[in-house]
Amino acid sequence: MDKSQKKRSELKLLYDMLAIRRFEEKAQQQYQMQKIGGFLHLYIGQEAVAVGSVAGCRPEDYLITAYRDHGHALARGMGMNECMAEIFGKATGCSKGLGGSMHYFDKKNNMMGGHAIVGGHIPLAAGLGFASKYRGEDRVTLCYMGDGAINIGSFHEALNMAGLWKLPVIFVCENNQFAMGTAAGRSNPLKEIVDRGAGYAMPSLVMDGMDVRAVRDTIGDVCAKIRKSPEPYWIECRTYRYRGHSMSDPATYRTKEELEKHKKDDPITNFSTTLLKEGVLTEEEYKKMDAEVKALAAESVAFAESSPEPPLEDLHKYTLPPLNPDYQPVATTPEIAKQNPFNC
Amino acid sequence: MTLREITYRQALNEALAEELERDQNVFLMGEEVAQYNGAYKISQGLLERFGPKRVIDAPIAEAGFAGIGIGAAMVGLRPIVEFMTFSFSLVAFDQVANNAPNIMTMSGGQFHAPIVFRGPNGPAHQLGATHMHATECLYANFPGLKIVVPATPRDAKGLLKSAVRDEAPVLVLEVEMLYAFKGMVEPPMPEFDLLVPIGKASVAREGSDVTILSYGRTVPMALHAAEQIEKEHGIHAEVIDLRSIKPLDLETILNSVTKTHRVVVAEQDRPFCGIGAELTFQIQQHIFDELDAPVARVAQEEVAVPYNEALEHAMLPNEEKIVAAVRATCGV
Repeated sequence: MDKSQKKRSELKLLYDMLAIRRFEEKAQQQYQMQKIGGFLHLYIGQEAVAVGSVAGCRPEDYLITAYRDHGHALARGMGMNECMAEIFGKATGCSKGLGGSMHYFDKKNNMMGGHAIVGGHIPLAAGLGFASKYRGEDRVTLCYMGDGAINIGSFHEALNMAGLWKLPVIFVCENNQFAMGTAAGRSNPLKEIVDRGAGYAMPSLVMDGMDVRAVRDTIGDVCAKIRKSPEPYWIECRTYRYRGHSMSDPATYRTKEELEKHKKDDPITNFSTTLLKEGVLTEEEYKKMDAEVKALAAESVAFAESSPEPPLEDLHKYTLPPLNPDYQPVATTPEIAKQNPFNC
Repeated sequence: MTLREITYRQALNEALAEELERDQNVFLMGEEVAQYNGAYKISQGLLERFGPKRVIDAPIAEAGFAGIGIGAAMVGLRPIVEFMTFSFSLVAFDQVANNAPNIMTMSGGQFHAPIVFRGPNGPAHQLGATHMHATECLYANFPGLKIVVPATPRDAKGLLKSAVRDEAPVLVLEVEMLYAFKGMVEPPMPEFDLLVPIGKASVAREGSDVTILSYGRTVPMALHAAEQIEKEHGIHAEVIDLRSIKPLDLETILNSVTKTHRVVVAEQDRPFCGIGAELTFQIQQHIFDELDAPVARVAQEEVAVPYNEALEHAMLPNEEKIVAAVRATCGV
């Protein structure tokens, strides 16, 4: 990578984090104006995790997360328009207005959702990794979850099988320190969440979720290792969410001082300051960048508002998929019977 | 083409083997399906023939391996997940009821899960309260799932093969009490590719006086009851085998009732919000004027399944109860 490429990729990290923040600030405002319904879980404060992760992996890698999914979706390359339209419930939304805030999907960008039941998507992630290994691909699955998800049964079952069959999945716990309003220390007996990986014989590490470069480099290293020799990793990524669990949560379970302390370690401010110091970025450029993403966020609201509702006659359209007469099965071979990718 | 007599168990085994042979994307996963050859020997010989990549022993972790199947199906594999019994699917309920059927709507049609969940379901013999749940009425409440309940070896094979080739998540609810039951079935592939369409009921016995709506375990009971009632009372009962709970073949049901004007539902589940409740509603909604008597139902009693054999017999649907219901409905 030459110097100008490097500069471009570093600036893109900042741009993507800023885009997520401005998008979500706009979404928050629209929610408060009662333009959107249901739940809205904001990612503000955690942007470096999604952005750094996507920068560290390849576009063909699968990414799957829980309900706090706007950041991952935008980092993955989904547009603000389709994302805003989705929470407006419009036909132009990334899931045609049928999924909502918690169900952002994008097949072309390998964004595998947006899943709303805590821990429910972790077995799916293992299944994506299983499929890659079954097919002999070097694709990695990145699976994100909150610190609350590590206590539910589906987490254990999925990580156990991922460990047993050495599935190419990076399980990232975005430890934002609260499962809704319950502090991590009040919901699991471990001092360090990273220690959970040992129970599944997984290489485990801690990652600074407020440092986008650290996330990118860690995910990049782990992906490279997995592509060479498939096995799951367990990463505790330490981060912090500034907003409540969802819009209905005033977050009275923490002090203002605690929040302010964490806001001083802001991933966007930290990184822009670093880039300014390094001479990669000028104040002028930063202002321009911020104005650009703010304008895109505002435009996404206009796009969502002017988009059509999903047609009522489509109500039953996505319940049962039609039979696929074009499906071409590929007959088995004696060689396949000799393969043992899962070491069973 | 020469038909052969094989068991329901062999029929399922053949269906699995043929679909594993036909398509590399198909794999079988579940507890004890590989080295042990299946808790009920449905997967006998499949590990040896297809290898450990295609026939995979899972740990005792239903939510985990059900979800792994769904994830793999989202990206184009065609998993067959065996539950040792559907009673154990209850610990995977979130995966089967929340993830598999919802993924298509949630993603605006971008993803769907062509997966088969199969295994024994419903009444067995002296397994107690926790191991013989008839789960069809639970899962029937979730749009996006297809549910079939084969009652003959031919349907077991043909429905399972159709399920594997369906794009929707399909629950194949097998009947443990029928695993050793024999029936005539077409020869295996490559000679014959037996596919029984999902969503079509069959008329298991023709009759003109009363319709017995049955499925799964209650089909042979209904057939025996019909023989007895004809011999003893000269009543000609038509027996419908639903085969598919969802989609429901309302046309066949309504045609039969329009002919006979009397209905007994013989279901293997519990009555409250059971399959018979839905059937009864549909019949009165569509052909109220055709009914000459209230719809009668034979189902389980509303209690946990007792271990004691006599109490269990009293609790489950059986031939005597069906005969009594037919007599009451026909006034004899």
